[in-house]
Parts: sequence; structure tokens; C-alpha cells
Amino acid sequence: MADLSVNMAGIESPNPFWLASGPPSNSGEQVMRAFDAGWGGAVWKTLGEPIVNVSSRLGAIDYGGVAMAGLNNIELITDRPLEVNLKEIYEVKKKYPGHAVIASLMVETKEDWRDIIKRCEDSGADGLELNFGCPHGMCERGMGSAVGQEPKVLTEITSWAKEFATIPVLIKLTPNVGDILDPGLAAVAGGADGLALINTIKSIIGVNLDDLTLRPTVGAESTNGGYCGPAVKPIALHMVGALARDERVNIPISGIGGISDWRDAAEFIALGSTTVQVCTAVMHYGFRVVEDMLDGLSNYLDEQGMPSVNDLIGKAVPGFKEWGELDLNYNVVAKINADTCIGCQLCYVACLDGAHQCIHTHQGPCVAFHGESDHGMNPRIEVLAPVNHDPNGNALFVPSVDEVECIGCNLCALVCPVPGCVTMVPVDNGKGRESWNDRMAKGEA
Amino acid sequence: MTAGSRPPASLPADRLEQQFVDAKPALTDSEALIEANRCLFCHDAPCITACPTGIDIPAFIKKIATGNIRGSAKTIFSVNMTGATTARVCPVEELCVGACVYIHLNAKPIQIGKLQRYATSKALEREARGGPPLFTPLPDTGKKVALIGAGPASLACAAHLALAGVTPVIYEKSEHPGGLNTTGIAPYKLKAEDSLREVEWILSHGVTLKTGVELGRDIEFAQLLDECDALFLGLGLGGDTRLDIPGSDGPGVWGATELIRAIKNSGGFTIPDDVSSALVVGAGNTAIDIARELAMLGLPDVDLVYRRTEEEMSGYAHELEGARSYGVRLIEQVQPLEVIRNGDRVEALKVLDLINNEEVELPCDWVVEAIGQRKFSFSLPDGVNRDDKGRIEVDEATRRTGHPDVYAGGDCINGGKEVVHAAADGREAAFAMLRGWDLPRGNS
Ligand SMILES: Cc1cc2nc3c(=O)[nH]c(=O)nc-3n(C[C@H](O)[C@H](O)[C@H](O)COP(=O)(O)OP(=O)(O)OC[C@H]3O[C@@H](n4cnc5c(N)ncnc54)[C@H](O)[C@@H]3O)c2cc1C
Ligand SMILES: Cc1cc2nc3c(=O)[nH]c(=O)nc-3n(C[C@H](O)[C@H](O)[C@H](O)COP(=O)(O)O)c2cc1C
Ligand code: SF4
Repeated sequence: MADLSVNMAGIESPNPFWLASGPPSNSGEQVMRAFDAGWGGAVWKTLGEPIVNVSSRLGAIDYGGVAMAGLNNIELITDRPLEVNLKEIYEVKKKYPGHAVIASLMVETKEDWRDIIKRCEDSGADGLELNFGCPHGMCERGMGSAVGQEPKVLTEITSWAKEFATIPVLIKLTPNVGDILDPGLAAVAGGADGLALINTIKSIIGVNLDDLTLRPTVGAESTNGGYCGPAVKPIALHMVGALARDERVNIPISGIGGISDWRDAAEFIALGSTTVQVCTAVMHYGFRVVEDMLDGLSNYLDEQGMPSVNDLIGKAVPGFKEWGELDLNYNVVAKINADTCIGCQLCYVACLDGAHQCIHTHQGPCVAFHGESDHGMNPRIEVLAPVNHDPNGNALFVPSVDEVECIGCNLCALVCPVPGCVTMVPVDNGKGRESWNDRMAKGEA
Repeated sequence: MTAGSRPPASLPADRLEQQFVDAKPALTDSEALIEANRCLFCHDAPCITACPTGIDIPAFIKKIATGNIRGSAKTIFSVNMTGATTARVCPVEELCVGACVYIHLNAKPIQIGKLQRYATSKALEREARGGPPLFTPLPDTGKKVALIGAGPASLACAAHLALAGVTPVIYEKSEHPGGLNTTGIAPYKLKAEDSLREVEWILSHGVTLKTGVELGRDIEFAQLLDECDALFLGLGLGGDTRLDIPGSDGPGVWGATELIRAIKNSGGFTIPDDVSSALVVGAGNTAIDIARELAMLGLPDVDLVYRRTEEEMSGYAHELEGARSYGVRLIEQVQPLEVIRNGDRVEALKVLDLINNEEVELPCDWVVEAIGQRKFSFSLPDGVNRDDKGRIEVDEATRRTGHPDVYAGGDCINGGKEVVHAAADGREAAFAMLRGWDLPRGNS
């Protein structure tokens, strides 16, 4: 059983799994149930000046029969009184002294920051997370992502917070920027103890085609919201990785965005996250999702021979390079396993229409479409696979790859519905490693 | 070694059961992944309530979907230590699968049994190949428990005790452990070797097994109660109840479990070439099982004969459906009167047609009697009582008998249900003993 405990910028946590600031961390009662279920920490729903929320607030995209592949919200920060939240933070910390409770904050003036930071420290919070990420509503009032998109302002407010706080200060970043390094380095410059990202991505989730209103509707109208859930994970992973590999970013990262299970979490950790935060997966299935996160991550670490989750942090970062550093002489080609092929021909049509016309069926590429083999695209006889037969005697046309023509793009392996049927196999072309940058240096480009 | 005790025998090589293929084949990796991802991960899921051992089904399926096979198997075994065999023998159509919410959508329910088989067999294979063990027993507590019978009830009880650091010793009268899992389950569901594989895994946690020891013959209650801190009775039921009609005593007439055991466990047992038809008396699940087994073995003519009507039979509809797909017919409302024979050969079963009230001779080469199992006959210690149906009486929550140190579970308390009920009884008895001794459960 691997050791899952971590220390994030001075904040101790029994495991790296934290509730992200949002509806699941809205109240003490919820946070306590979450801790009982196994969560190691919680970033409280953002505290600030009292606001009023709208109804309705959420919209989602379903994909392939799975509900909520992507979620969008137009909710603002907490709508509960500050005193109530602070009292509940105090109660939670008293009952769960070993768990991490982080107060998420969003206020306007320097005085407001001084006041709220003091009160949060008094309530016993282990750390602060400044919400410079919310991309709807609050930014129209000069807060949230309006700060996250202005590096100078971000540095200034961060340094205020560092001036007032004695507990660690994390800065939560918005992904709605051209280059995540700009706000990331601005936070470092302001003295931040850690980074948390991503907040939600500015979005419109969809249009009701019946009445042409936007979703989620508020009366007959709507507004742009923030996008999160499984769909945003690759964007979040990139931003986390981009900060983690920059040596100027010498503070820990809390990875957020689309984390639904232990595999997602392990990927964020390998790309440089010390803790991970989850919102949508909890909103979908409840606090109980953490059980498999803990169990699965621990089993994975055991199998990898890593005694502690700390051994995984950043392990994938060295492999994250600029395009110009990649080896131009590295070659893979697709191989189709005839024994597991089910004859769906999805790889064939994908390569024919969407890639490089190097997968062939027995009939030749064009017969299927207009009954003739022409356009000079007849498969060479030597690349054709024999015709297999299924148990009922029906011909099963296993497509065959023309390995000379295959450019190794992966598309056929990606569209294949049978795991492991199409594999990409490295070929030795006898050439040594050479990158674009190498060529430029030699003046060959 | 205890009097009479012999090491468990290995299975003979040429068993008729080896000719059977799985009626529900194992899932491939991709089938399991696709099926696992279909699960809605319901909260407070009805499938959990429908499982007599209360396995957290959505949790173990979710773990298959995330590739956490070890965690998935632990979720199953931590409440059902015979989870590898129940995955294959449970009447899931009547239990978990029958409760799946997809049924309300008119969609195919999740194949829970097959997914359970996938996770448990994968995990046990990995452990057998030297992977990290799923469970590590707690240190020895000094407590010792004797268990009678090595069927699913005792095995489940012993496993949970062993994990908690209690020393269990199982006494089994026959040469193979596993109870009916080894000797009785239809071979198209589970073969004896698969049952023994699970037994071996359970024993590996520190359970001692003594085979060839019969309570009442080689060993007595008083001695066991003296030597141990508690006693668990997982006796199952006795041999086949017989018809006792003229001509039934002789070759060609079988007790159902006797014939099933021969098919499953006897080396070199075959059905003679001149036997081409059989009549199975009864319409419970055992009757349906043996009828289907004989049909699958190539007997062209296999019929069930039953006193009452199809609506009244105790066998499951889905099981009869399965047997019918192999050509088995159900002859309703007939009462066996006499086995007509010519010396050692059976020629027909004379029955009374209860509708027309006339005697009819149904030609056949074999008669198989599947009308129930007898209760055991030896005397029980003071405080351990039986009800009017011969079932040992226990407290519902603890499975404790009237004797403070004697617990019981499985077929001997319920009169013959399923393996999963036996597993639940064994676990609950083990947990009740641990509570009584103020000892923690061990399942990590
Ligand atoms: C033909 C048949 C098919 C079945 N099919 C299914 C099925 O598909 N699915 C399902 O879930 N259930 C099925 N069942 C029911 C299931 O097998 C039983 O409910 C289950 O095995 C009960 O477990 P147990 O441990 O109580 O008893 P058993 O499995 O009967 O085990 C009792 C053990 O105790 C031993 N024993 C008895 N007396 C003594 C003694 N005096 N001293 C020492 N040892 C003793 C016996 O030899 C035996 O090994 C079937 C039953 C039969 C008969
Ligand atoms: C309904 C809703 C409300 C949210 N409210 C806040 C908030 O008050 N403060 C904050 O910092 N982030 C808030 N978030 C953003 C989440 O903390 C998180 O950054 C984002 O949802 C990405 O993670 P996920 O993909 O796990 O949901 C909210 C998200 C949702 C869906
Ligand atoms: S989940 Fe449904 S019931 Fe609950 S607050 Fe939202 S709209 Fe209301």
C-alpha cells in the first residue's frame, strides 16, 4: 500500500485528492461527508461579497451515450453569508484536523483582501486559494478571470495577499489566456506559494433548436459560462505541463480539469501536479468516486514499485518537449492483427479519406465507391492480406497496410474499435536522431 | 493428523464434465471494458440489494472500467470470499441482473455475473503468478474454530476468520473440498477444477483442511467443542431422496446428485452406448440441471416428468428455457408408479396420468430421481435444534444456534438454497464470532 500523503506548498494532506471550489464544497456538512468518503482536502466554494445567483445555471454535453462529457455553468461565488461559511470552516477543521481545508477567495479592494484573509486565518483554514479564474459574471465586475488575464494586476493582488497572510497562498489561474506562462509567472513574481489550474473555459454550451434560446436558459436568455468536465482534461493537462516544465515556475501545482478517475489523476501528477482537484465528477456521481481514486492510485503505485505518490510527481515532464526538438527520423507503421480484426473497415475509410490512402481492402480503394478501381490507386498485389472467413463462412476482409506508404499518423489505430488490433510498430530506417532544431543549426532546413 | 484424515485427492484426468463448454463464456478484455462502461454507477443501486452478500456492484464494475482489477476483485471478495465461483453459479437473472435499472429502459441489463467472473479470475490468476496478494491476514489472535464440511458456507466462514487472525480447521468427509461447488454444480457453469482453484486460494490465507474426516464417525462434537473456541456447521444436505417404487432398486435408476457427481468427479465414467433416453423425475433446479447435462452429452431423448404443472415447478423459468434449447421436454401431471425392467435393463417408467386418471408406460433406458435431498442423521449437541423440516435453527443476525459456541450456515439451515446464501451465512457467522471476541475484521 503506497503512501499517498503529500505536502502542497506547506499544506499537509493525507492524500492528493481535493474537492475543487464549487458546489460540492459549498457547506461544512458536504465537506465533512466528503472527508468521510476519503477526500484528503477541500477548497471551499469561493468566498467574497454577497452575490445573487440565477436559475437555471448548468448545461451539459452528452457524448456517445454518456451524460455530462462536458459541463458548463453560469454560477457565481458562494451565495451564503461569510460568517456562516467561516464558522463551518472552523467546525470542519476542529473535527478533521488532519485534512486540508483551503479557503477560496475573491474580493475587490486591498482593504477587502486584508479583512477576508485575516478572518479566514482565524477560522483555521490551512491555506488560501485566490480565485483569478472565474470567466463569467464576476469578471464583468473586474474580478475572477479579469484579474487572471492581466499579469500586472495579478502580481499586485498576489503580493497584497502574501503581505497579509501567514498561511500558504495558492493562485487559481484561468485558462482563458493566450499563454498560461504569462499569469503563471506573474503569480510567481507576486510571491505565490503554489498554483492551481485550470478554472473553467469560457463557453456557450448550446442552443435549444426548438425556441432558439441558449442553454442554460434564464427566462428566454442566457450568457456565456465556464466549461469543465472530462472534455477539458487535455487542455488542462497541457497548461499544467507547460508550467511544470518551465524552470522559473519553482512552486508546486494543484492540477484541475476533467479529472474523473485515478488514471486522470495519475496523469496530472506525472505532469507535475502535487495535488489534484475535482468538481464535475463529484457533481455527476457523488463523493464516493474518491474510493476508486485512492484504491486505483495506490495499486498503480504498488505495481510501478513507487512507495510514495511523491515519486510520481513530474515523472512525465522531461518527455514534454518543443516540436523542434522531436526526432524527425523516428518512424512507426501500422500493423493490423488479422486474428482480432472484426472487418469493420473503419481504418480503411479513415486512411482513405482522412489520411494517406495506404490501407487497402481486397477490392481496391475505389471499387466500394463507384465500382471501378482507378485514379492510379490500385493496391499493389504484394500488400494485400488474404481473405479470412468468419465462423459462418462469410468473407472477412482484413484490410492491409502498405507499410512503404504509411506515414505513421496513428489514425487507423485510433478509430479501431478493437483494443490492441491495430498497433503502431517502430521501424528501423538506419538513420540517427535528428530534430528540426538540429537541421536549423546545420543550416539545412 | 486427525483420525481418518487424508490429504485431498487430485481430480481424475478423464472426467465426463470436461466435455462441457461454458454456457456463459468468459468476457474478453474488450467485452469487459465495453460492458463495464455501460454501467450507470447508480447510487444505492438495486443490484446491491438483490445480492445476498451485498457486493458493491457499481463500485467493482467502475474499477474494471478504470483498469483497477485488483481493487475490483477486493471489493467483491471482501464481502464474498467465494466470489469467483458465485460469479459463475449464481442465478443472476433472479438476483442482481434481474434488478438492473436498464430493464426499466427496455435495454439489456448489465452482465454482472460475467464482469464479476472477469475481475475475480484475472485477480486470482495474477496472484497465482506471484503478484501481490489481495489480502494479508492479521496477526494470530490465538483463537481457533472448527468447521464441519468444506462447502461454500464453511469456506466463506473460514476465510473471513483467517483474515482476522483466527485459526480455522475444516473437517470434510469426502476426498475433495468445495461441497456441491465441486460435486454438484452443472459443468456448463462451473467445473470441479475451478471450484478447487478457489478453495486453494482460500486455504492459502492460513485455513487448515482435513479431508476424509466425518463428524459422527471419525470425530465427535464434544471433542471439537473442547479443543476450539467455536464450531461452525456447514453440513449441507444429505444424499438423494429416493422414490422407493417397485423396480427402482437396481441398475439404470439413479439419484440425481449421485449421477451428477459421477459426471463431474469420476474418472472414466461414461454413458453406455445402449442408453439413448432418460426420464428425470422432478422439476426443481437439480432435475432441470441433470436433464440438460444428459441432453448436452448427446442423449437424444430426455424428458422431465412432474406431478404438477409448469407454473407450480420450483425450478427457475430461465433454467427450464435453457434445458428446452437442448431438446428437453417437460411432461406435466404424471405420478411415477413403477420402473418396468427386464433384468438389469430399464424398459419404461409406468406413471399415472393425473388428468385422465390412467396408467401409461413411458419407455426409457434410464430413470433419474431428482425429488430432493435427505437431511443428515447424526445427533446434535445440546442446544442445537432442528425445525420440523430438519433445518438447523439459528438466530437470523448471527447464525448462532441455541448452543452459544455453535454456529451454522448454508443448506443445513435453509433447506437448500444457493451458493451465495451459504457464502453470506459463513461471513455473518464469522463476523458474529469476531464481534463476540471483540476482534477486528481483517480485510485489507
Ligand atoms: C445439483 C445441484 C445444482 C446446484 N446448482 C446451483 C447453482 O447453479 N447455483 C447455486 O448458487 N447453487 C446451486 N446449488 C445449490 C448449492 O450448491 C448449495 O446451496 C451450496 O453448495 C450450499 O453450500 P453448503 O456449504 O451449505 O453445503 P454443501 O455445498 O453441500 O457442502 C457441505 C459439505 O459438508 C460435507 N459434510 C456433510 N456432512 C459431513 C460430516 N458429517 N462430516 C464432515 N463433512 C460433512 C459434505 O461432504 C460437503 O462437502 C445446486 C445444488 C445442487 C444439488
Ligand atoms: C457549478 C460550478 C461552480 C463553480 N464554482 C467555482 C467557484 O466558486 N470558485 C472556483 O474557483 N471555481 C469554481 N468552479 C470551477 C471548478 O473549481 C473547477 O476549476 C472546474 O470545474 C474544473 O474542474 P472539473 O473538470 O473537475 O469540474 C465551479 C465549477 C462549476 C461546475
Ligand atoms: S439538482 Fe435538481 S433538485 Fe437539486 S438544486 Fe439542482 S435543480 Fe434543484
